[in-house]
Amino acid sequence: MSNLALKELLYKMADDLLVFGHRNSEWTGFGPLLEEDIAFSSMAQDKIGQSQALYQLLHQLGEQEPDTVAFTRNANQFHNCTLVELPNREYDFSLVRHFLFDTADALRWQMLMQCSYTPLAQLAAKVRGELRYHTLHANTWIKQLGSATEESIGRLQQSLNELAPYALGMFERSPYEDQLMADKIFEGEKALEARWQQAIEKTLAQTQLTLPDWKIQTPHVGGRVGQHTEHLQPLLDEMSEVFRIDPGAEW
Amino acid sequence: MYGGGNTFEGIKTDSVAQEDPAKLAEFEARIARGEKIEPTDWMPQLYRKQLIRMIEQHAHSEIIGALPEGTWITRAPGFRRKMALMAKVQDEVGHAQLLYSAAETLGKSREKMIEDLLSGKSKYSNIFNYPTFTWADCCFISWLVDAGAIVNQLANAKGSYGPYCRALDRICAEESFHLKYGHHCVIYLASGTAKQRQMFQDAINRWWAPMMHFFGPSDKISAHTEVLMRWKVKMATNDDMRNQFLDMYVPKIWELGFTIPDPNLKKNAETGKWAYTEPDWEEFKRVINGDGPCNKERLEVRRVAEERGKWVREALKSPKTAYVTPLA
Repeated sequence: MSNLALKELLYKMADDLLVFGHRNSEWTGFGPLLEEDIAFSSMAQDKIGQSQALYQLLHQLGEQEPDTVAFTRNANQFHNCTLVELPNREYDFSLVRHFLFDTADALRWQMLMQCSYTPLAQLAAKVRGELRYHTLHANTWIKQLGSATEESIGRLQQSLNELAPYALGMFERSPYEDQLMADKIFEGEKALEARWQQAIEKTLAQTQLTLPDWKIQTPHVGGRVGQHTEHLQPLLDEMSEVFRIDPGAEW
Repeated sequence: MYGGGNTFEGIKTDSVAQEDPAKLAEFEARIARGEKIEPTDWMPQLYRKQLIRMIEQHAHSEIIGALPEGTWITRAPGFRRKMALMAKVQDEVGHAQLLYSAAETLGKSREKMIEDLLSGKSKYSNIFNYPTFTWADCCFISWLVDAGAIVNQLANAKGSYGPYCRALDRICAEESFHLKYGHHCVIYLASGTAKQRQMFQDAINRWWAPMMHFFGPSDKISAHTEVLMRWKVKMATNDDMRNQFLDMYVPKIWELGFTIPDPNLKKNAETGKWAYTEPDWEEFKRVINGDGPCNKERLEVRRVAEERGKWVREALKSPKTAYVTPLA
């Protein structure tokens, strides 16, 4: 088994979850309803907890401590997809992103239940319970707001159209796809993407939203190899603001 | 988090004279026996009005109080602090949710309460009108402001209104974790580098005056609240709560090697009461009436959140739904 392939998979998952959790946490105090503040905060805690667990697996494979890895790298060393780093904007934008990302994330973890690398398969079993609520939350709100008022449908549709290319960027192929499949670690981005499209279609069919035509979209790729939008570095600067005062200090 | 103390200015007790004397006597007898008053029970108008005011202010303090700490969630140093702070601030928002529901049992809707918050008609705890410049300020709130809130809330949890007491029992259980978290953060600053220690000393220097204000004006100058104490709406005087806080936390602050910016702070061994420089109550009044360092910013954040969320709330409504007072 190649550590490089495995590490690449772990890094992109961990970075996705850290950055996405960070964005979710920015809703604390700003939600359209108190209940949504609370929901986004719960999901943020789960995501960041999951990222920490993945950085811990990387640490066991010889990488640095989770805090060091998370709080001291620059944007070009991050492997998250660009979808998760975009600013929250309004609730419709955050909700549609949450739906697109979490549908994929839940399927990814589900596929990893069969992973030949036991620690990852064990983690997948552990996070399953959390993810059920994330997709339940996303689907409930998409169905509600996607069939409610003219404004809510219009806003969700607009965000969906805008986010579609970024969502496809989640499945940017890794140079190690074949190896991950051969080693029975992960079935690959292509298989995940196909399942994701089916799941998205199924939920959107229950709304008045129109599915984007995936074939005409140009995926927004580059995130997996450290090419990010201008939004990631300021996010990381903010995240590490206190930590960098004295990286040797204990906080 | 809530300090109370600023809630009961200008009470007019005239309305009590117009209540049915038999019902009033039975109501007071129930409270004297230690029974809880429930939403559908008879209660004097003044009792209802003051409770709504108090619970509403408490709820507002929770959501506004989420802001000065919330701004540090994205900057918390390391996974452990980040996870704990997120959970803590989430709890505060959850407290607001519980408290708005408790106040709604008395007949005022959450929407109306938020409206009154934004218009400035109803208040929230003064302390959240001060800025959190550094991580240490955030730690000060988590430890000491929460500690002050616990003093106040433990007292109020023994009050007479059932839904509020039950909400406070749950809130206090969570606040005790906040206190542990805050204390843990401060111990790390206290035992850390010179810079870290200085950060917390500066935070104490900045926050001591607002902390003393937290429990409300001195008993010497605050409005008469006998009837509210008899009805177990207000459970302890402002000075008693301030004294209790000082007694529990000043020794802990000194033990960590920090100083407190009040040369007159000293415990009288005989009376058990703390002496201190009289806080500047003019500043307190000025800040509570809207002229503090962050009043405008705090309310503006809420206003923007409410405005931006309006279409979401509209989309949740169905023509068939009607307003229902929550169960206690």
